[in-house]
Amino acid sequence: MSFLLGHFNYLIVVFLMMGGLWITFSSRNYIKRMIGLALFQTSVGLFYISLGKVAGGTAAIVLDKTSKAGEALNAHLSPDYVARAGVDGVVYSNPLPHVLILTAIVVGVATLAVGLAIAVRVREAYGTVEAGEIAELDRTEAGPRA
Amino acid sequence: MPSFATPLDANTIVDIALLAMLAVIVVAVARTRSLLTAIILTSVYSFISAVWLVVMDAADVSFTEAVVGAGVSTIIALGAILLTRSECSRIPWRETLLPLLLVTVTGGLLVYAALDLPSLGDPSAPANIYVGRLYLQHAEHDIGTPNIVTAVLSSYRGFDTLGETTVIFAAGLGVALLLGFGERALQDTPRPSMAKMAESGQHVVLRVSAKMLIPMISIYAFYVQFHGDLGPGGGFQAGVIMAVAIILHALVFGLQETMESIPPQLARGLSAFGVLLYAGVGVVNLTNGGNFLDYDHLFPRIFEEGLPDSHLVGGHHIWGQHFGILAIELGVFLTVASTMVTIFYAFAGRAPDLSPHGEG
Repeated sequence: MSFLLGHFNYLIVVFLMMGGLWITFSSRNYIKRMIGLALFQTSVGLFYISLGKVAGGTAAIVLDKTSKAGEALNAHLSPDYVARAGVDGVVYSNPLPHVLILTAIVVGVATLAVGLAIAVRVREAYGTVEAGEIAELDRTEAGPRA
Repeated sequence: MPSFATPLDANTIVDIALLAMLAVIVVAVARTRSLLTAIILTSVYSFISAVWLVVMDAADVSFTEAVVGAGVSTIIALGAILLTRSECSRIPWRETLLPLLLVTVTGGLLVYAALDLPSLGDPSAPANIYVGRLYLQHAEHDIGTPNIVTAVLSSYRGFDTLGETTVIFAAGLGVALLLGFGERALQDTPRPSMAKMAESGQHVVLRVSAKMLIPMISIYAFYVQFHGDLGPGGGFQAGVIMAVAIILHALVFGLQETMESIPPQLARGLSAFGVLLYAGVGVVNLTNGGNFLDYDHLFPRIFEEGLPDSHLVGGHHIWGQHFGILAIELGVFLTVASTMVTIFYAFAGRAPDLSPHGEG
């Protein structure tokens, strides 16, 4: 039971990742494929953030342990645990995955926009964004319009 | 090393509930054939994951996900289906067999690998004890910013962030090359101006509320920008929030009105200038004898002579890190905000070109 509790996040991450992969693989529509890729990408973010979580921790913004917030945070943690897991008497979650994923999200939307822009140009050239119909147009030598 | 079991506390219960919602949404996105539904569901997905990120103590990331995932990327995706189509074709069941096999096998292997991972929240997990812990211990002394995410993002790993800013700039450039800068909207026959809209009483509620919201969103963007050292926030989040304010203006008052106040030329110029500013700060450090993007050397040695010890950190002026981070965050802000606006202009400006051929 406690093993499942500790690994539930990873199972969901795998499910979300495979969901994104499934959408990307099985769809014939380019826009739907881009949505699948975006979901796939967010699942990687969820994985990194899950790894960086420290139980009983707080956001990585330096806090004085004698302040009101610091005392409230430490009230339900054993002093032994705080000494082992904390820095200067306060337990923080790992900030490094946060940094990596923060920038990845913004880069993700920029690259998603490039993918969608290509889909728009494909639609203007072929009149469709369905992979099957585009292959059909190429085969019948109708080809792209522009 | 003491063994660790994830406690069943309120945090874990909320975590499980939110992740279960995400799983349900992914299934719904996979099943729907309407792209509009899929995009709105993805927006909901982003919003729920933003809440989940707060539970995971990732306040900065949550911020970014809320504005980017639920805001900008939804608008861009909606613009894309406006220019393409909003339904996708039915997939014959035979063609789903191979993807299903691949997904099942890959998923099985990943689950097998995931069983070896440390439990959620383990403080002695390898990811949490080496460099992440070092940053927590030293960031406030080295950099002087309470928000360690900002310290790592803009100082320790400043080179990394420069690369990411450049990627965003390059992506904006790519979209502009593919779709143009939205200049077709300006050539189009003029739409009703704001004065005419006011006379005819169109969209009164929308216009009044947008006029109240836009200044507040902009001020909030600046707050997030300059408060990024102390609390959650920074150039990435502030840039996207600023872009949202501009996009809201365009959605309510029309693209041409917005393009008059913020011309596409200005947006693309600032997009490049942001990267230049970021890299320029690095070069200033080089000329003062430091390493690239080592803000301890932002000011020449001559300013540091004769200062009392209380003004120095590691033999360097304490302001170097402060002003260095301020400058590069401004560069990130300019690039992110103007790239998002450029991308929006490119998609929205293409709309008048909705060609008669195809099913438009």
